[in-house]
Amino acid sequence: MNASDVLRLSDVFKSYAGRPVLKGLNFSLAAGECVALLGPNGAGKSTTISLALGLADADSGTVHLLGQPMPKAGHAARQAVGVVPQYDALDPDFTVYENLLVFGRYFRIHGTELRQRADRLLEFAQLNSRRNDSVGTLSGGMRRRLMLARALINRPGVLFLDEPTTGLDPQAKHVIWDRLVDLKRQGVAMLLTTHYMDEAQRLADRVAVLDHGNIVVCDKPLTLIREVVGYAVLELWGIGAQHWVDVNHSQLQGVIERRGETYFFRNELADQVLAQMKASPQDDVDYIYRPGNLEDVFFSLTGRALRDD
Amino acid sequence: MINFHAVFQVWRRNFMVWRKLAFASLLGNVVDPVMALMAFGLGLGSMLPNVGGMPYLNYLAVGAVSISAMNAPTFEALYSAFSRMHTQKTWQVIMNTPVRLREVVLGECSWAASKGLISTGAMLLIIALLGIGDLQFWLLSWLVLILACLMFAGFGLCVNARAPSYDFFMFYFTLVVTPMTFLSGAFFPREQLPGWLEAIADYMPLSVVVDALRGIYAREFGGLAALLAQMAVYAILGIGLAIYLTERRFKRRG
Repeated sequence: MNASDVLRLSDVFKSYAGRPVLKGLNFSLAAGECVALLGPNGAGKSTTISLALGLADADSGTVHLLGQPMPKAGHAARQAVGVVPQYDALDPDFTVYENLLVFGRYFRIHGTELRQRADRLLEFAQLNSRRNDSVGTLSGGMRRRLMLARALINRPGVLFLDEPTTGLDPQAKHVIWDRLVDLKRQGVAMLLTTHYMDEAQRLADRVAVLDHGNIVVCDKPLTLIREVVGYAVLELWGIGAQHWVDVNHSQLQGVIERRGETYFFRNELADQVLAQMKASPQDDVDYIYRPGNLEDVFFSLTGRALRDD
Repeated sequence: MINFHAVFQVWRRNFMVWRKLAFASLLGNVVDPVMALMAFGLGLGSMLPNVGGMPYLNYLAVGAVSISAMNAPTFEALYSAFSRMHTQKTWQVIMNTPVRLREVVLGECSWAASKGLISTGAMLLIIALLGIGDLQFWLLSWLVLILACLMFAGFGLCVNARAPSYDFFMFYFTLVVTPMTFLSGAFFPREQLPGWLEAIADYMPLSVVVDALRGIYAREFGGLAALLAQMAVYAILGIGLAIYLTERRFKRRG
């Protein structure tokens, strides 16, 4: 184990009810690093987090969180860990402020210290004006900010974020991202699962793609895009798209990818199609020429959309 | 190994919620049994000769306190604990902290028992105001009630651990709680039952509670130690099984 690793999973196998979920997973998270874990639903993201937190027991392999063996010393390691779960898990019986206080006491934080931390976190989450409101009255974005604030009450060195912005409108999403960038700057290590490629690209130092119970690839987002996809992608769609591709098929040298009703061309081929489209525009065909992104990486590696089951 | 600070914090969380709605909660837990006590004890009782050597109201009052010591922790350990475990995911959130599942279960158990003691305490107060019992009964009853509430809290959490949904609790009420309510000797002496049924009823946990309280009421302390020991065994088994079953539930569902 590398001395600076805050989390390390080695050769981890895990199955539920006879169905293998993780098959020899190897993964590590260094101090201060943010890694995004991408994978279709059911790929094992949540299982990985459960194992990392010591809430589940691996069938074989070892898991260490902050140097402690999981799940045996899970409770000790979790003293310095924050978790923002996927499900909406605020305590509906309490106000915004009470949610922070009650949660802090589970970490043995009490009295003035607890109240000071809660006050600071309310500010951090921009919820000062909602302090004494019941959490039932908060908007989706506010709820998520409060969940993030609550996860920070023990000043964790590692933060687990399970789809922290799913279901939020773009504005609320950006507020959460700003908060997370803040935390990154403060040196908090983060393991983030997400369905949003822009989120992974913006926040993560490394992106790990999980598929069929294993990590297929793990690298810097831009490196992955450059190596797996290239420099450009052209998407082509519309009522006449199929006809256009059929007609021009013979002139197009290279791989044409099709996902649903949309065709994808890469790099030189994208340039070629772009030139043709400019030369003879089609009324019933739309296109966009853009840089490669993580979604393309994901498709190339798993052959599936991220939300597929 | 148990971290009792963690157990206390789980208990405290539930107490804080209860405090907000204490009056309504207490009303529900006390008014119903008191009305039953009045209707049967005063209404029906006035038509009956002495039962167990005392007016029926007094006889029933001791039974009603026992039933309350079963019902209040049972409701808390079933419906309320299930919503925290399943619907609100309060338990899952707590488990992301240094608190472990066993401490959550013990916290819930002690809370359900506390709810029982709050209800039975209110019942005892009302009984005292009605002039039933004496100081010794009002004080010594707590010994029995603490064990009884812990025992029924443990049983309830076992059922909770196995429940797929709220509907499941109906089985427990129909097959366990209701038979105990009527056969335990809370409403009438168990000697009135057919011999075979009496033999079964003697071992019901609620019968043990009823017998212990009746013993204290009648100032007959001969069997009390054995009854308390029996309750302690039931309580320890129930709570231990609740922890085991809950841990298994969480392991299976991932």
